Amino acid sequence: MNYTKEKVLFVKIADRLCDDILSGRYQDGDRVASVRELAAEFEVNVNTVLRAFDLLQRDDILQQQRGIGMLVARGARRRVLAARRRDFLQTELPDFLRRLRLLGMDVSDVQRAWEEMEA
Amino acid sequence: MIDIKNLNYRYRGTEHPVFDDFSLQLAEGSIYGLLAPNGVGKSTLLCLIMGGLLPDKGNGGGVQVDGFDVARRSYEVLRLLYLLPEEMELPPVSLSKYVRAREPFYQDFSREVLADCLREFGLPADPDLGTLSMGQRKKVAISFALATRSKYLLLDEPTNGLDIASKSSFRRVVARHVGDGQTALLSTHQLADVDSLLDHVVVLGQKSEHAAVQLLLDSSVADIAARYTFELRSVGSDTDPDVLFCERRADGLHTLTHRHADDGETPVDLELIYKYLHKQ
Repeated sequence: MNYTKEKVLFVKIADRLCDDILSGRYQDGDRVASVRELAAEFEVNVNTVLRAFDLLQRDDILQQQRGIGMLVARGARRRVLAARRRDFLQTELPDFLRRLRLLGMDVSDVQRAWEEMEA
Repeated sequence: MIDIKNLNYRYRGTEHPVFDDFSLQLAEGSIYGLLAPNGVGKSTLLCLIMGGLLPDKGNGGGVQVDGFDVARRSYEVLRLLYLLPEEMELPPVSLSKYVRAREPFYQDFSREVLADCLREFGLPADPDLGTLSMGQRKKVAISFALATRSKYLLLDEPTNGLDIASKSSFRRVVARHVGDGQTALLSTHQLADVDSLLDHVVVLGQKSEHAAVQLLLDSSVADIAARYTFELRSVGSDTDPDVLFCERRADGLHTLTHRHADDGETPVDLELIYKYLHKQ
């Protein structure tokens, strides 16, 4: 049937927070913006942000600290990076390789392009 | 809680009732969307909740807010409610004068919230209300409504007349300032303007031109996500046996199907649900 599923809103917001951890906006141990600030930033209701927090707490990316708020867990950046790499290898790369084959190219073409970019 | 029970209402001089034995409950602490086609009674319902219109007597039905009958229009109940009408007249005075005259009616009125909303909308701190454009008046009216911090905020078509950037500002101020103990009811036919804000959706419809208003849906967005799957399928899938409703858009066929318990949730497309309900 060839259909695409889009990510649920709270998962997208969790992804954006992970982006912020990867980019260095948030370091391990930093307090993330409050639920209301994030709700305003993403223009969503508070419950959507809370669901994103739940997801990230389950994955040990965020950690609730009583009286302080939501903190970036120790090692969060490493875990986000590992998860993103895994995701890249499992989903994006196979698709990429399929396209290479379709275009009659192989990894040496990629290698050459990579070296030109680096030069 | 807003408890609408067996509500009857007919405009004077008309034959057909708008509401005939209509019931609906709105819980505290949520952002509700009230969705209906033009002319199906959204504004009438908001006025009835506010006590601006009084329900027809007969079966003893009506609207109770936190246990108070709004038809009595007592201080105890009016202080809980704020209605932002779709079009609002503002007197030709400065905003600060307007605020001084009206803030005593709202015990939780917050000048900080007012200032933050004005800043977000890019308005000066104390505009002269007599010289504002329609869109700017709307922004002031929204800012004032949020600043009242009333327990129940009834916003009738709040995004009408706002430009694209201001619609974004509207979503930000609502997300930031509708507090945990407050309930906001946003009536709209511009679903895309507000859908990311909503916790709960109420859809109204009418069977035929003169029929009374019917409740087509009263459901949390989380519940809709749990019950239905929203997918983009390839064109030609409209005959798939599981498709409840579909709509062809530029990027393909947007489909609505029942969700199977072991499938992941998909992002809710309220527009599709809305059209599905109105087609039935």
